Amino acid sequence: MEFNSNSAFMYVVVGVVIAFVLLQSVVFFIKAWRRGKELGMDMQALKKTVGSSALFTVAPAFAILLGVIALSNALGFPLPWLRLSVIGSLTYEATAAAAAANAVGTSLAERITDPKIFAVIAWVMALGIVPGLVLVPVFGKKIEKGISNIKSKDSKWGKIFLSGLFLGMISAFLGLVFANVHKGLTGWIPVFVMFASAVLMLLCGFVQKIFKVKWIEDYALPISLLGGMALSIPITNLVMSLVG
Amino acid sequence: MKQELSYRDSVHKMGRVWILSALAMLLAVPAAICIYYNAWPPVAGILKGLLSIVPIFWTVGVIEVFTYVPMLGTGGSYLGFVTGNLANLKVPCALNSMDRAGVQPGTEEGEVVSTIAIATSSIVTTLIIALGVLLLSQIAPVLESPALQPAFENILPALFGALGVVFVSKDWKIAIAPLVVMITLFLLVPSLAGAVGILVPVGALIAIGVARILYKKNLL
Repeated sequence: MEFNSNSAFMYVVVGVVIAFVLLQSVVFFIKAWRRGKELGMDMQALKKTVGSSALFTVAPAFAILLGVIALSNALGFPLPWLRLSVIGSLTYEATAAAAAANAVGTSLAERITDPKIFAVIAWVMALGIVPGLVLVPVFGKKIEKGISNIKSKDSKWGKIFLSGLFLGMISAFLGLVFANVHKGLTGWIPVFVMFASAVLMLLCGFVQKIFKVKWIEDYALPISLLGGMALSIPITNLVMSLVG
Repeated sequence: MKQELSYRDSVHKMGRVWILSALAMLLAVPAAICIYYNAWPPVAGILKGLLSIVPIFWTVGVIEVFTYVPMLGTGGSYLGFVTGNLANLKVPCALNSMDRAGVQPGTEEGEVVSTIAIATSSIVTTLIIALGVLLLSQIAPVLESPALQPAFENILPALFGALGVVFVSKDWKIAIAPLVVMITLFLLVPSLAGAVGILVPVGALIAIGVARILYKKNLL
């Protein structure tokens, strides 16, 4: 069989897996929705969760699509499509593919036409993400029990403990924003964008309080994310013109 | 209380079946390629490739399970770890949704909101990428246009800037120490950028440690 990374066969195989994962999302959605109803939760608020999550996802999803395009030069569309819709994130998938190509003495600079090399890359990308899928079913329940133990012993501390966990993650990614500062003014661009987006978030809060526009608050994160991304364009242009 | 246990347990049961099936299907893809094209790759090549990524990726994978499971909740974890893009999409989405809905993570209401947020985000991502692949010839020139590149390069600063305001201002006493340490660390050692996944639990340990001291002194 003549190998082609964009063959109908590849699309079918990948399509089946993506459909399976889509089905999983739908099943979990329905289960949680029903549970919310049973618990007598405010269904209007849950609808807002759906709306704001969907809007928030749009920009990152297009960024992921860019990742598919970037990897498609070497690997065709189906494999990157699978790996970036399911499990992966661009940093991981691109690195894994490059490392695998490198291991068999080739690179991602050109299209992979040898099915053996393609298979090596597909295996390495698949095996690299095994831990999460194995460890969640093994330890998920134990981790949860640990957290609920902390909470049942001292509910106030339990809440603070979780806040500490979130803030640990958020501060690691906020720190990351400063990683390019050593490059000079252009390295400050992400820092400026971060502040721009933070200011937009604060503005959303003010508008909501002063003009009593409730929906602004629900959509504050997607608005600030998109606004920050949009502002990054003039910010970058301004910095570039200053640097010359 | 009994009801709560049974709901969680049923999510665990269902989740295990889905996550392990997803794992089997993901591994079936390269296997199918090998069988269909009768192309059996050199095992040494696979091992060599794995050797260069496994030390970091498996470590980060383990860390992710222990840091993100408490944030995502039961259903959110089984779904989030399959659909991926956790730090840049699913975790911020779940945290923000729980905050807006005024529910606590770890409670059953939090569980419901987080699962709905992650499921919605997964469905939207899958649909956008599928449509994008189908309509690529029309979309690619726009997405790849140089004018838009800064926007995509700055997605993480834009995301965490906004998310940071909400969560840092809520618990600024806990946030200061890990923020100062992380910013200093990245200023001094920029090459750590590739290892941000490993730094998440470091930040969490600092935050939780400081929180514990403040809490004991009744300062929170």
